[in-house]
Amino acid sequence: MGIDWGIIIQQFFSQGVGINAMVFAMAAIGLNIHFGYTGLLNFGHVGFMAAGAYGVGMTVFWLDQSLWLGVLVGLLLPTIMALILGIPTLRLRADYLGITTIAASEALRIFVRWRGNQERTGSSGGINDFADEFFEFNIFTRPGTETYDFAPGGLTIFQFRANDLWVLLIGWTLVAFFLLLTWQLMRSPWGRALKSIREDEDAARALGKNAYAYKLQALVLGGVIGGVAGMLQVISRQAVQPDTFNPVITFLIWTILIIGGVGKVASPVAGSMIYWALISGLITFMRELIGTDLSDELETFLNLSVLNVDQLRFVIFGGALMLLMWFRPQGVFGNREEMALEDR
Amino acid sequence: MWQVTRRAKSTPPPQRVAPPKLLVGIWLIIIALVGLASPALAQDDAGQSVITTLRYEGEDGEDVFVSGAVITVEGVGEGVSDESGMIAVPVPEAGEYAVTIDVATLPDGISLRSADRTMVTALVEDGQDRRILFALQSEAGAAASAAEGSGIGRRLAQLTAEGLKQGLYLAMASIGLSLIYGTTGLVNFAHAEMVTWGGLATYFFNFYGLAGVAGFLAPLPGPFGDGVNLVFAVVLGMIAGGALGFLLDRVLFRTLRRQGVSLIAQMVITIGLSIVMRYLFLYFFGGGPRSFRDFSAQQALQLGPVQLVPKDIIAMSISIGVLLMIGVLLTRTQMGKAMRAVSDNRDLAESSGIDVQRVISTVWIFGAAAAALGGAFFALDQAKWDFGFRILLLIFSAVTLGGLGTAYGALLGALVIGLVINLSTLVIDAELKNMVALLVMVLVLMFRPQGLLGRAERIG
Repeated sequence: MGIDWGIIIQQFFSQGVGINAMVFAMAAIGLNIHFGYTGLLNFGHVGFMAAGAYGVGMTVFWLDQSLWLGVLVGLLLPTIMALILGIPTLRLRADYLGITTIAASEALRIFVRWRGNQERTGSSGGINDFADEFFEFNIFTRPGTETYDFAPGGLTIFQFRANDLWVLLIGWTLVAFFLLLTWQLMRSPWGRALKSIREDEDAARALGKNAYAYKLQALVLGGVIGGVAGMLQVISRQAVQPDTFNPVITFLIWTILIIGGVGKVASPVAGSMIYWALISGLITFMRELIGTDLSDELETFLNLSVLNVDQLRFVIFGGALMLLMWFRPQGVFGNREEMALEDR
Repeated sequence: MWQVTRRAKSTPPPQRVAPPKLLVGIWLIIIALVGLASPALAQDDAGQSVITTLRYEGEDGEDVFVSGAVITVEGVGEGVSDESGMIAVPVPEAGEYAVTIDVATLPDGISLRSADRTMVTALVEDGQDRRILFALQSEAGAAASAAEGSGIGRRLAQLTAEGLKQGLYLAMASIGLSLIYGTTGLVNFAHAEMVTWGGLATYFFNFYGLAGVAGFLAPLPGPFGDGVNLVFAVVLGMIAGGALGFLLDRVLFRTLRRQGVSLIAQMVITIGLSIVMRYLFLYFFGGGPRSFRDFSAQQALQLGPVQLVPKDIIAMSISIGVLLMIGVLLTRTQMGKAMRAVSDNRDLAESSGIDVQRVISTVWIFGAAAAALGGAFFALDQAKWDFGFRILLLIFSAVTLGGLGTAYGALLGALVIGLVINLSTLVIDAELKNMVALLVMVLVLMFRPQGLLGRAERIG
């Protein structure tokens, strides 16, 4: 068997603009407000995604209310979480905030998967098939049409299921909206105050700015955007699973943000598309490679098989995070001056 | 801008020394080492069995073996225990098997210690026998343990013992993190992976010995050729831990310090390192939990109201010894005093002639070795690719509670955290006990951010 380049190309392009790319672009917009503009070392961003996801999921599953009310709850929970987390810790030094946020996100995951929460969160099994109301409005649903293909000259470049296309339409529209919002906010006096806090908090305070209040506002705003990303993720999958909100996801968002360039408006989108296109192309290539005559050699010398090929994705992005932070912390498009990495 | 740091003042001006080739080389070596090992991990084609030994404690405390009892491995078949209480049921392939004991086949008066545990899940790996345990007791034993006092007092004692055990292991895992923070100011997120590394390296040596690393040793007898006894394996695992600490400091962190990379950037780099290491463990080691070859299913000893398995008692004693030794080293030896001096005031220490780089290197080696030993002890229960990461939250809570950067603080914090989370299960569900550690941490940060033993300084 040879390598099927068609599927590699299709994965490269489809995943580059696919649901993961959209969700992680949006989550990274939130993190960009935290870290990129305000300098908050948020290592628990996945907790905000989980808060949004469980907000919408629990409203439908536990309270038996409509999905649309759930969306409001999904906006409210990340807000509450940001307040609970921010009020005690935002006065502390950056590394303490980092430790607290990663701990809080992990504690949230432990709590929602607790078996005592079976009837509220579905415990480790999670919440399934709760988002039918969203797909009722799907404008792409046509009888007889399973997938939408874009295949110029017979080469499939994009292929999406009808439901995914609907999520993508809504999702990328929201991403565009959040980009616009960030752009406008960061040009405003409020945004300039955030940046001044990032650069020198003492100076900002000396000029009469209430740094603590600004940081809390930024934490809430970025957290809510993360929550929306979490909601879109679980709606697209029709499943809320506690273990998808693993702390490692937070650092994937960090990697994506740093690839794009910290403190630039559009960098989360660029970083997310680059990451998902490259990693999906690469992993698909390796899967194809395992399907060829080389499979025995790969297994003997690299221990590589269909069982563990997906784990390489984490090794690669972890390595990318290390090397980027070391040699090019401003990312592909960023500006080194914008990096809030000084010790305070 | 981001390069200018507090630390940079005392180091030579930032210069771009470029050892990334060396770094890549070291990683390749590590990967190759693990890679060489991995075929060994899967080599045994001798089949696999579920094994158990049925025994209970006789009147004089001796082991009495039960013959003629029947266990059933779901979907495979039955086994009957022989004269020495042994049952081995071969299973065709790796997987999870439900093993049930037929209580009716036990001799009269012999019962399970917990009557509802008639079924045990055995996770069998390719080519490896899996030992399981059905804890039995005689009528006299049941009466005796009931007389020890049931209810709250007994549970309290048992939980305190468990808490001490976890606290001691946690102290060994935490002390390095605190010392490294004290001397360099770095919060090392990859510390959890050094704990895992210790557990997995011990597992590896326990099964494959030194021959697993260097194949030419294979024909040698005893501790070199085949897998080595767990005691040697733990020592080797500790050495592997120290070696990893030395390499990480020498290759990665010393370079970062020399280049004046800020501490926050270094911290994010340790996060990347942690992810790379963790998923390499998963990649090469697989996702299932594994037990050491020796002492994997021990009968618990009854010490007053408390039940502990002998291996944990020994490991706890060793932990106490090691922690005391670290205390003595820190206060009595020249290197220990230098470490404390560097933690206290690095610039002053350097100007009074202490070789700071050497101190930091030593701290990395000893901190990593202690973490590896702690990891080996945690793995007495089960070794898994991410067990270190699962206790990272506890490690952070322990060092924050005790005071980041203080060695004794980490020790105290770890013991408190161990006790608190175990005792908390009196009130809350055991699944939620790790959340209590977080709560402790947040409370400490709110009211005493320098920790119990830390010195008050501006950290806000």
